[in-house]
Amino acid sequence: MDLDDEGSNFELKEIQTLSGHTDRVWSLAWNPATGTDDAQPVIASCSGDKTVRIWERSALTRSWDCKAVLEETHTRTVRSCTWSPSGKLLATASFDATTAIWENVGGDFQCVSTLEGHENEVKSVSWNASESLLATCSRDKTVWIWEVMPGNEFECASVLQGHTQDVKMVKWHPTMDILFSCSYDNTIKVWAEDDTGDWHCIQTIVSGHSSTVWAISFNAGGDKMVTCSDDLTLKVWEADIEGMRSGNDQVLWKHLSTLSGYHDRTIFSVHWSREGIIASGAADDAIRFFVESKDSVVDGPSYRLLLKKEKAHDMDVNVVQWSPGENRVMASASDDGTIKIWELATSSN
Amino acid sequence: MTLGLINANPIVHAKKERVARCEDPHCDFVRDIRDPEHPYSLEQLSVLSEESITVDDKLGRILITFTPTIQHCSMATVIGLCLRVKLQECFPPHYKVDIKVSPGSHADEEAVNKQLNDKERVAAALENPNLRQLVDECLYSNEL
Repeated sequence: MDLDDEGSNFELKEIQTLSGHTDRVWSLAWNPATGTDDAQPVIASCSGDKTVRIWERSALTRSWDCKAVLEETHTRTVRSCTWSPSGKLLATASFDATTAIWENVGGDFQCVSTLEGHENEVKSVSWNASESLLATCSRDKTVWIWEVMPGNEFECASVLQGHTQDVKMVKWHPTMDILFSCSYDNTIKVWAEDDTGDWHCIQTIVSGHSSTVWAISFNAGGDKMVTCSDDLTLKVWEADIEGMRSGNDQVLWKHLSTLSGYHDRTIFSVHWSREGIIASGAADDAIRFFVESKDSVVDGPSYRLLLKKEKAHDMDVNVVQWSPGENRVMASASDDGTIKIWELATSSN
Repeated sequence: MTLGLINANPIVHAKKERVARCEDPHCDFVRDIRDPEHPYSLEQLSVLSEESITVDDKLGRILITFTPTIQHCSMATVIGLCLRVKLQECFPPHYKVDIKVSPGSHADEEAVNKQLNDKERVAAALENPNLRQLVDECLYSNEL
C-alpha cells in the first residue's frame, strides 16, 4: 500500500476554498449521512461571526455552495458544531453558554432545542454512536451529559466535575458509551457509567501532555486515540478494546507514542482517518499528515511524517476533518475565515 | 472585583524622548496604552519599554514582554489583552503575537503567560462587554 512505501510522494491538492464567514472559522463537521452516491457531501461550519453555515457540493457542477446561514440564534461566537450519527440533527456549541440543536425541516434549518446550564462558554459538543446521548463541556470546568428524549427534548443526566480548568473538547468513543474530555488543565479524562447509572471518571491521564490538550481523535478500530496539545506534541494512546467491551472499568489507556519536533506552534486539531492517516492543524498555518511507520520497533509502533503542507491557510488552522464518504478527502478551517477542501493524492512521477 | 486599587502608589517616570529605534512606528502606539488603574501610560509606569517588543517581519511574528508594577498584579491579564488588541490594529492580521510578562516579574508568571496566549480564552474575554469596555478605555483614552 502506498502509505507503507516510504518512497511514495504525496501532495495535498486544493479542491476549493469556501468563503462567506466574516470572522474566523473555529470548526466544521461533515454530515455523516452524505457523500454517498445518493447524497451530495454536506459540511457545517461555525464561526466567530456567531453564525453556522451549511455547505453542499452540487451534483452537477461538483462545486461547493453555501446552502444556509444559521443566524440570529447564538449571541456570541459559535465554537463547535457536530452532526448526529444519522445526520438528521446538528448540535452547535457557543460562547453564549448554550448549545443549540438544529433540524433540517424541508431544506430549512430550524433550532428545535436550546440546552442551557453551563455557567459560561461552551467549547465542544459530541453525540454518542447510538445518538441516545449528547455531551458538552465548558470553561466552567464541567462536562454535561444529556439524554436525548423523544420530540427533540434533552434532559441533563449528569454534571461531571473533576477537571480543574477550562474543558476544551469532549468526544465519545466511536462504538462504546465511554466519554473522553481534554482540558486547559493538561489532562485527559475518561468517563463511564456504572451499574447504578451514575457517571464517573474512570481514568485521568495526568503525566501526558505538559500544556493544554486541545483535541482527541480515535482510530477506526477504537483501540487507539491521538491527542494534540499546546505542548507542541501529538500523543498516541491505546487500550485493550476487548476488555472495554466486556465492561471492565479497570481498563486503562496507556501511552504508545509521542510525535515531537514536528510542530513549533500550538496544535489545535487532530483527526484520524479510517485508513489510518493522522492529520493535524496548527497555529503555524500548516497541515501535517502522519502514518504508522513500518520500521520494526521493539516498544511498539512509531509514526512518521507523511507530508507537511505549509501555508495551507493564511492564518492559524483551527480544525482538520477527513470526509466520511470519499477517500483521502479532507476539509480544514482557519482564522483567515475560510474553509478549504483538499485531496491527499500521490504525485505521479 | 476588588474596590481598592491593586497598586495605589505606582512609581511614575517622565515620558521618554522618542529614540531613533522607533522608525518602527508600532512601538509608539503600544507604549501610549493607558494603565487600567491610573491615568499614566504603560511606558511612564515602566511596564513597557523599547526592548519589550521584538518583531520578525519575515516570519510575521511578534514577541512582546511587559513588566507589571507589582508581583501580584491582577491587572496583568487586562494589560496583556490591551497589548494584543492594539497590536492587532497596528500589524497585518496574519502576524502571530506572543505576549509574556518579563521573567521574574510576576508571582504567577506561568499561569498568566498561559492565559494570555490561549487564543480561545482571549477571544472569549474580548466578547465580554465589561472587559471589552475596560480595554477600550485603556486604548482610546485621551487623558494622556
